[in-house]
Amino acid sequence: MKAILTVHNLASDLVATIWTPVFVAIFLAIIAYAFWPRNKAAFDKAAHLPLREE
Amino acid sequence: MSQPSISKSMTIGESGLAVVFAVTAFFCVIASAKALDAPFAFHAALSAAASVAAVFVIVNRYFERPAALPPQEINGRPNYNMGPIKFSAFMAVFWGIAGFLVGLIIASQLAWPALNFDLPWTSFGRLRPLHTSAVIFAFGGNVLIATSFYVVQKSCRARLAGDLAPWFVVVGYNFFILIAGTGYLLGVTQSKEYAEPEWYADLWLTIVWVVYLLVFLATIFKRKEPHIFVANWFYLAFIVTIAVLHLGNNPALPVSVFGSKSYVAWGGIQDAMFQWWYGHNAVGFFLTAGFLAIMYYFVPKRAERPIYSYRLSIVHFWALIFLYIWAGPHHLHYTALPDWTQTLGMTFSIMLWMPSWGGMINGLMTLSGAWDKLRTDPVLRMLVVSVAFYGMSTFEGPMMSIKVVNSLSHYTDWTIGHVHSGALGWVGFVSFGALYCLVPWAWNRKGLYSLKLVNWHFWVATLGIVLYISAMWVSGILQGLMWRAYTSLGFLEYSFIETVEAMHPFYIIRAAGGGLFLIGSLIMAYNLWMTVRVGEAEVQMPVALQPAE
Repeated sequence: MKAILTVHNLASDLVATIWTPVFVAIFLAIIAYAFWPRNKAAFDKAAHLPLREE
Repeated sequence: MSQPSISKSMTIGESGLAVVFAVTAFFCVIASAKALDAPFAFHAALSAAASVAAVFVIVNRYFERPAALPPQEINGRPNYNMGPIKFSAFMAVFWGIAGFLVGLIIASQLAWPALNFDLPWTSFGRLRPLHTSAVIFAFGGNVLIATSFYVVQKSCRARLAGDLAPWFVVVGYNFFILIAGTGYLLGVTQSKEYAEPEWYADLWLTIVWVVYLLVFLATIFKRKEPHIFVANWFYLAFIVTIAVLHLGNNPALPVSVFGSKSYVAWGGIQDAMFQWWYGHNAVGFFLTAGFLAIMYYFVPKRAERPIYSYRLSIVHFWALIFLYIWAGPHHLHYTALPDWTQTLGMTFSIMLWMPSWGGMINGLMTLSGAWDKLRTDPVLRMLVVSVAFYGMSTFEGPMMSIKVVNSLSHYTDWTIGHVHSGALGWVGFVSFGALYCLVPWAWNRKGLYSLKLVNWHFWVATLGIVLYISAMWVSGILQGLMWRAYTSLGFLEYSFIETVEAMHPFYIIRAAGGGLFLIGSLIMAYNLWMTVRVGEAEVQMPVALQPAE
């Protein structure tokens, strides 16, 4: 069977393949966000949230 | 004191829901009359009765209540809604005891098969899903709903959204449990493990679950606290993913709208894969994400220490979300599932070690500077031991997902032992710890009736777990080794019945362990009951202390 190159095939192949790098990129971005030095103060404050309610 | 009178009228929710339930009652009566099988007739009649009761309760509640709905805030402080939380907490304890008891019965049936009583309703095949659903969905589910409604209000500093909606969620969910549980006893099942309820129960659960999601989201939307606390993320992941799993695994075509039997849309290996994509993520998002939310709120609260690393909690959350959903195929090693899919499932399961242990370390290290409290506070000890069990079972699980290990462990009691170290040790203990915190808070009590009884509960239940899981380890590995033992001539060394016979002593030890766990839960029920009945009321903090203008 010969693979026919169509826009549809190309698009579906791309969609089926691209999520791996996309998800990895999103995950790396989340790690960067979590460990970004400027966010530290806000996260340290959030860690106390259960203790300072009402 | 005369207040300006507001003309009283039904809200759209009240009148709308009353009409919907009235119409539902009408259709349920028709369905009951035209039913093709007896269990369906029973369930339709039960639904009709419940709908009529719902109309009565809604209208009665309207006549009893003041003209204005409860205020969002009183004296500048959120007016938290504790009613549905109390209901769910009560039901959690009730279903917990029922579920543990049925577990003890079926454990005893395995040791002494005569306890089947030769009756269809009490046979192992019907009681086993009753046990699993009662402990996972009825006990665990009510704990999750109760704690999520509590945590979302407190950490958002906002009253729970909706007036009738939270009640619809808690009562509707327990009605689903009632339909599912009675169905199992009467032989109604679609034969999917942990997804046994038939199509009509599934539809009802879908409605209840969507309302649950909306109540939770709406409460987050009107929060006064700008930051969305990490526990709420875990709860939200649990609610959203369970909805997706439920819809994915359960599409079915009923044979008739007047009968209980249906056929699932999926077939063959696709059905098996859907089932275990569902099944494993029920573990990942119902029994893990939801209860991790409990850990992230209740452990800091009880230890009076901040979360060890909030950054780690964010990574923990997203790593679980990205990895868990792929682990399902490890339930189908050496089956018709393509080999690459099995390996994929195994790989992701092994990767789960990292976030699981990251989360465990985060929970345990939250006790930094408060370790001494473990000696004096048995509730905190219960919570901490639960996190240790979480670490233990999330080490064991990935190990068992490795194909060569699985070739020994699969279909043996090792799996049962693994599941129960997670279920009794992690989910059970974190739930008990949460209930010991939640009940005094929700009922406005100074503290528990007796910490000594909590201590008794802790030790009796811990001993029960140790007996249970060690018996199942020995039994499971013995079973696996006997199944694969060959003679020098290449014949199987043991017949199947010989392996069954070898299990007998371990089944007795397991039943004894389960019995101890049940006794522990009865001690808890008494303690919580007495806390509500005779506990000293917490003195309200003075609210008048306003800063000078």
